[in-house]
Amino acid sequence: MGKATMKQSWGTRLWRWTIIFLVSLYLLVPLYAMLDFSTKHFAMARPGRTLESWKAITTQPDLFPAIVRSLTTAGIVMALILFLIVPTAIWVHLKLPKLRRAFELICLLPLAIPAIVIVVGIAPLYRWISIHLTESPITLFGVYTMLILPYTYRSLSASLDSVDIHTLAEAAQTLGANTSRIIFGIIMPTIKTGIINGSFIAIALVLGEYTISNILNYKTFQVVIAQIGRSNGNVAVAVSVASLLFVLFILLLIPTKKRHRAVLDVDVA
Amino acid sequence: MTQLQYRRTGSANGRTGSRYWRSKRAYLGVLPFLIFSGVFLLYPTWSVISGAFQDKVGKFSTAELRAVVNSPISRHAFFNSIGISAKTAIAGAIIGGLFAWALVNGKPGGFFYKFSVALSSVLAQFGGVMLTFAFLATFGFHGLVSTLAVRFAPGSFLAQSSWLYGMNGLTVLYTFFQIPLMVLVFLPTLQNMKPQWREASDALGGKAWEYWLRVGIPILTPSFVGAALLLFVNSFSAYATANTLISMADFLTPLEISSALSSEVGGANPTEAKALSFVMVVVVIIAMTLYTLLRRRVTKWEKQR
Repeated sequence: MGKATMKQSWGTRLWRWTIIFLVSLYLLVPLYAMLDFSTKHFAMARPGRTLESWKAITTQPDLFPAIVRSLTTAGIVMALILFLIVPTAIWVHLKLPKLRRAFELICLLPLAIPAIVIVVGIAPLYRWISIHLTESPITLFGVYTMLILPYTYRSLSASLDSVDIHTLAEAAQTLGANTSRIIFGIIMPTIKTGIINGSFIAIALVLGEYTISNILNYKTFQVVIAQIGRSNGNVAVAVSVASLLFVLFILLLIPTKKRHRAVLDVDVA
Repeated sequence: MTQLQYRRTGSANGRTGSRYWRSKRAYLGVLPFLIFSGVFLLYPTWSVISGAFQDKVGKFSTAELRAVVNSPISRHAFFNSIGISAKTAIAGAIIGGLFAWALVNGKPGGFFYKFSVALSSVLAQFGGVMLTFAFLATFGFHGLVSTLAVRFAPGSFLAQSSWLYGMNGLTVLYTFFQIPLMVLVFLPTLQNMKPQWREASDALGGKAWEYWLRVGIPILTPSFVGAALLLFVNSFSAYATANTLISMADFLTPLEISSALSSEVGGANPTEAKALSFVMVVVVIIAMTLYTLLRRRVTKWEKQR
């Protein structure tokens, strides 16, 4: 189906273009409206275009620190994926086949627990952390790492299944490699794409997260955008457009062939 | 097919390889992960589920759960949540499914196809604060469409922005991120339909509608329903969009949970939040179980290729 060689009837073609037109209208008009809105004057009645709101982005006091904090959090989440989640997944695959089901169950648990529910359970912990340790929003890396566990697990287990890591590990051991060399030097490079995808998803998730940080009163990127929106809609819309472009840019960095699958995984949330 | 073979040899090697590998000490390797996930995932989950069955001093009781089920406010919020999730899941599944069909019928590697897939993957994640701003910029006060409506159709509902801040507005917003999600979930299924099925139907003299009625729809139904269930869960657990668009506190179950949780309002009630959360988890688990059962049927023919 859908081969270019197949001749399409007039009916099919008409249907096809009607659907495409209507859906595109639904999806693209709000995006265009954002662009339109962000170039209006602060005094809405005044006609004409201006870059006022785009220039005002740089003068927002909370925005830049929030971006830095969110990116730092994303970096920590990525490090945890690399040095905790991935090695554990490999370890379970190699040495503890009995635990595979249990490990999978833990990793997929966040799919059954919406973020709003996790917040209920984790609020006491973060209250304790902010009283006794630090009030920094960066501590959210703990719960964020758990939130993306299902997607990390899926892209990992797919790559782990497609490579015979047992043979690799035994070969490496015969040649004298120790365990950490086997995990970090031999196996992780072979499942590189799975790991890279997981890391991109981490950035997208951390930059887009609102539920948990808003309820726990942490000023993350999204919370600050919402806060700007309460005082100046134009600027908030301009920031939204900018961050949308940023996410699109990140997604384009993922190799085309893998992107579809990785992004599909993240959306199952 | 190759994946299956690999998996088989993999686990067989795992068994024979055990001489080199397995020992009691190996279990220590999962300890860091276990501690981390215990602190940030397992214990919080457990505290929600057990907390739903406790009273305020921690004794076993179903009183809070019963109170939540019987309270008119919670019921209203719950049925609002179920209603909007079902509505937007069905709307999103139909519109997104049609769009996916339109994509598959085009040039498969073409620019339009690639662009649509990339855009879908961005927009499916678009829910929340930024989505609200997008629709405020469209239909809100001084928005693109409402400005036009004021000029050309001042009597229509579009000219007033008030519809946006209620259930109708929220439905439109939710559907916006359901459509691209459906495109992403449903596209692989449509791509796996074999052209031979259509050819066979044509060769036997079947009309287009006969093909869809007897072959296409029956074959697609399980994955379509499965995808719709995913969309249902997706909007059932959504919080950010509703929170930024609507200031009413007890409008949907997620909003009710957050207002029960935050002490700013004064009457913070964590037990109530836990009971409400438990109800949500039960709904999500039912939907996800149905989804898994349906997927199992689907993978039978999808994997055969």
